[in-house]
Amino acid sequence: MTRDESLTLLTKPHATTTFNNLPRRRLLDAAGSALMQLLQWLIMLLLAVVAATLLVRALPIIQQVGVFELLRSESWHPMAGQFGLAPFIAGSVAVTTVAMAMCVIPAILCGVYMAEYTSTRTRTWLKPLIDLLVGIPSVVYGLWGILFVIPLIRNQIGPAVDSTLGWMSPFFRQTNPSGYGVLAAGFVLALMSFPLIVAVTEEVMRSVPQQMRESLLALGATRWETTKCIVRHAALPGVLAAVVLGFSRAFGETLAVMMVVGNVPRAPTSIFDGAYPLPALIANNYSEMMSVPLYDSALMMAALFLLVVVLSFNVLARLVINRLTNRGGTL
Amino acid sequence: MNQQSSISNLQSQSGAKGEGRRAERNRQSPNLQSPVSQSLRLNRRHLEERIFVALMRLCMVGAAVALSMILAVIFWRGVGALSIEMLTQPPRGSFYLGGGGGIANAIAGSMLLALGATAVAFCLATPLVLYLHAYAGRSRVANWVRLTLDVMWGIPSIVYGAFGFSLMIVLGLRASLLAGIIALSFVVLPILARTLDEVMRMIPRQLAETGFALGATRLEMAGLLLRQALPGLFTALLLAFGRGIGDAASVLFTAGYTDNMPSGLFAPVASLPLAVFFQLGTPFPAVHARAYASALVLTVIILVISLVAHLSMRRLGRHVVR
Repeated sequence: MTRDESLTLLTKPHATTTFNNLPRRRLLDAAGSALMQLLQWLIMLLLAVVAATLLVRALPIIQQVGVFELLRSESWHPMAGQFGLAPFIAGSVAVTTVAMAMCVIPAILCGVYMAEYTSTRTRTWLKPLIDLLVGIPSVVYGLWGILFVIPLIRNQIGPAVDSTLGWMSPFFRQTNPSGYGVLAAGFVLALMSFPLIVAVTEEVMRSVPQQMRESLLALGATRWETTKCIVRHAALPGVLAAVVLGFSRAFGETLAVMMVVGNVPRAPTSIFDGAYPLPALIANNYSEMMSVPLYDSALMMAALFLLVVVLSFNVLARLVINRLTNRGGTL
Repeated sequence: MNQQSSISNLQSQSGAKGEGRRAERNRQSPNLQSPVSQSLRLNRRHLEERIFVALMRLCMVGAAVALSMILAVIFWRGVGALSIEMLTQPPRGSFYLGGGGGIANAIAGSMLLALGATAVAFCLATPLVLYLHAYAGRSRVANWVRLTLDVMWGIPSIVYGAFGFSLMIVLGLRASLLAGIIALSFVVLPILARTLDEVMRMIPRQLAETGFALGATRLEMAGLLLRQALPGLFTALLLAFGRGIGDAASVLFTAGYTDNMPSGLFAPVASLPLAVFFQLGTPFPAVHARAYASALVLTVIILVISLVAHLSMRRLGRHVVR
């Protein structure tokens, strides 16, 4: 449909008849507006309700033990009433850090390459592929981790890293011959967040006006210098948003991590150690949590902690993005 | 900042380093603009470009190898155990010991869960996004709503699962299809709303302006926007459905798991990701093989959805005013 056609649609005969009952249309408009406005507040309320519900459910253990004690204590003995979340937080942090260290820079480079260096034709088949990879369920990534990553780490990477870097720090020592551990989980998570970061980075780079590229090229910049400039001055907020999105996905991922991380409730000291991130803790123990006093409260506390971390990271990122955007990065 | 001043700004920033180097070179060789030194500098810049392009290509290839290996491994291991029986029958008694049966319960359950959640999310997200575009525009509240949706997108689905579980206790529900749909719609809603938001942002402003100039109310404008965004809406729905079908953590507590076919809104249902997970939990190789096959089924479903979404974007986009 061309624009002219759509304009004639708007000025068709029946359009003039609807014009006659203006009060009715006004009323409809007002009603629709009110209804949809209600919805808008509902969405914001929804987030508050999620947080409030978790807080209320976590309240018993917070009152009994205290938040800081709960987050700092290392002893996890539900049967004895000791719920220290520190090893799980450490596990989550370790796994996410390893994943982010592996995927952020390559993913941004890939996104930039896709946006700046590939031809339109290549992009038309590459982009759906990336979107497909974003959509692949986490359990498939986890299964791949079991079938491929674990044997690889157990037989090749583990011994190799241990013999070359192991004497330098305990961080690289192969403490755990099974292969299930932080490195495996980090690798799987890295591959999971990778397409997400690539997709968003590419999107952001494409949305930078073509004029900017042309101006820079006309001033004699090489293509790479142009790209650098665009990333630094126009696309940085978006790239940051992409990284935070990837972080959120890695930090909260449950099933894939649970399958490959080994589920050992101890703070990992080496990248080959087993760990037990928070989401895995919640998912593994939900069935028995109603039978032990305070257990469900402790698990809700873990969920609340996840929520708060992701929430604060997102809000923080948004603040930084606003600052960067207002600095004059947008052309 | 206007374009020219900002570009000169860029130049001066990137030139700041070069300034020092040029002064240094000036001390060494008196004739500053000699073609030799210029070509040397150009060479260095091209070298930098070469290095980074090579690096980016390396990343692309590495990622392509790793990611295609995922698909290859899943296909390779899954195809062997795949059979008609597996797709059409629910598990029999000794299924988890390697006995007969299939995963039809999980396929049907996943479909129902994802369909329900997508429908619920659709009912909430579409008016919301229409409101954002037809009424709220770029107001402060609209930005708050967008931030809320972004945050909701980032919240791990296990948190929604835990929340849904608490909700179930409050409402007195058992683990059921209904509870699963509620929890899953929390996961799907922000995805659908934000995708739709992006689609609507693509609609040219002139369209809205023309409509208003002709005397349309904002509600009628919303209708026009919806018609304009219809192909995008379809694609967004498909993507949301795909995400819903693959999500496991939110339905783990809320939908439960059962070996029966889904029998009602208040009965527990199985789901594909959990079927994979539980089958992997058994010690029998035959059951493991079926887990691989289940994962393959899941992947193929996602593949088809993704493909249809991609094609529909092109097909349905023909009737849109640009």
